[in-house]
Amino acid sequence: MADTPFQVTGQQPRWEDKISVFDVLSNSALKFVADVQEYSLLAARSLSNLLRGPHYLQDLLDQMDDIGVGSLPIVLLTGFFIGVVMVLQTGSQFTRFGQSALTGDVVSIALVRELGPTLTGIFVAGRCAAGIASELGSMLVTEQVDAMRAMGTDPSRKLVTPRVLAAILMQPLLTGLADFVGLLGGCAASVFSLRIDAVEFWTRAIKALEFGDLMQGLMKPLAFGFILATVGCYKGLTVRGGTQGVGRATTQAVVISSVLIIVADTFLTKIALFLSDKIF
Amino acid sequence: MAASSIDLHESPAIEFDSVRIGFGEGDILRNVSFRVMPRETLILLGETGTGKTLSLKLAAGLLKADAGSIRVLGKDLNGMAERELLRFRREVGFVFQEGALFDSMTVADNVAYRLLEDRVNTDEVEPKVREALRFVELERALDLFPPELSGGMRRRVSIARALITRPPIVLYDSPTAGLDPVTSQTIITLILRLRDIYGVTALLATHRLQDGFALANFYFDKNSNRVVHDGKKIAGNNSNAAATRFLVLRDGGVYFEGSPEQLAASNDSYLKRFLV
Repeated sequence: MADTPFQVTGQQPRWEDKISVFDVLSNSALKFVADVQEYSLLAARSLSNLLRGPHYLQDLLDQMDDIGVGSLPIVLLTGFFIGVVMVLQTGSQFTRFGQSALTGDVVSIALVRELGPTLTGIFVAGRCAAGIASELGSMLVTEQVDAMRAMGTDPSRKLVTPRVLAAILMQPLLTGLADFVGLLGGCAASVFSLRIDAVEFWTRAIKALEFGDLMQGLMKPLAFGFILATVGCYKGLTVRGGTQGVGRATTQAVVISSVLIIVADTFLTKIALFLSDKIF
Repeated sequence: MAASSIDLHESPAIEFDSVRIGFGEGDILRNVSFRVMPRETLILLGETGTGKTLSLKLAAGLLKADAGSIRVLGKDLNGMAERELLRFRREVGFVFQEGALFDSMTVADNVAYRLLEDRVNTDEVEPKVREALRFVELERALDLFPPELSGGMRRRVSIARALITRPPIVLYDSPTAGLDPVTSQTIITLILRLRDIYGVTALLATHRLQDGFALANFYFDKNSNRVVHDGKKIAGNNSNAAATRFLVLRDGGVYFEGSPEQLAASNDSYLKRFLV
């Protein structure tokens, strides 16, 4: 036997010690199912907590400030330039067919229905899901979450629900603002680059939008806010491996919430189009 | 004798009966049974990884045992739902190893946390917070944030936070770990004061035998307002506290349980390693 784990013993590993590919795959599948189950439970609790007190209004306001007001600069800045780029890209194509006036229609529909909600969701996920995961993860590894439980506070009520609710409430507002500044950017690009009259751009942009488009554009962010906050909380509260684990959880929170937002967008678009046909 | 203040007919404040708990790599605690009587201090001794912190978390209901029963203040923790446990935990103070203070809150807000959770009138909160911080001699740190405090100060604030609601039981997780001898002594003095002034029942996990002997051999005299040696002689008249006992954990089980004298007189080679 070796005195230290670093000495070479010359012994071959026993048959039982070998791990088969099947074991690795089945363990990964089991872990994935357990993760999905735990995430679903946490997500459901974050909302069911609203039905029964205690409620943490001050924490909710703090989170609304952090997620909503804190994300404003990044959302406004990116929204503006996305509008500009949209006009530059589509305008050059429409100009080839002498239909540059249609730019306002296309930019407004694309922004309100799709680009505004999705890109705002991804930007806010990048900022807030990461922030939530690292904050809760740090609290977990420094035993602050246990301390909270030891003092009779339910962490899902105090930490998770305010963040989830704040994200759900702020995401549509941020998206609305992103859409607006996107159209502003689009208008500026139309005027200076395509020489389209600003009044004509706005008239066409507003006329192109129907009630169903607005509903679609403002309903999606509710789901995106829920996704980014629950994923951030889940990854933060399941950190393993100290500070290195916090870093890993933060990265995973951003990646998973961004991917889930895109996937959810696909299904929500299909549902919204179906409802638009049936209802609006 | 201090020990005589234990009423044998009293029910235990904490009672572990054949408790087992394990994680992925096997059992950490196997068949662990012990009792802590009201106003008694039980020192949990053991090497790192022997389940001391785990025992404290089980006693606070932060973890559930896989088998066996845990009764604290007459309540069976294994049969309680999380909602009931949250209410129960308000009767138990927990001092975490590194303090576990909320680092985004000031010292005052940390100490006031339980009162604010209970929606206690703001006018009543401040005097209680000041009193708790005065007890740990940190009244001046009221508006500081935890990262601005030294390790010893963080533990003292943690003690203040645990005592703000005057819980009958306080659980200490290695309260002197990583501290210099002088600061360790300050922490032990605070624990003595908490025990001898308020008569709290304590379960204290540590790997430092001197902490246990300090608690067993010293006593905080309220009249002279200082720590006095050989608490047992003086305690007969003044102490709220009962005896101090030791429980040594090893390989997932109880290796030794007894008085400080029995531990000191033991010839067991493993126990002697703690006595060196």
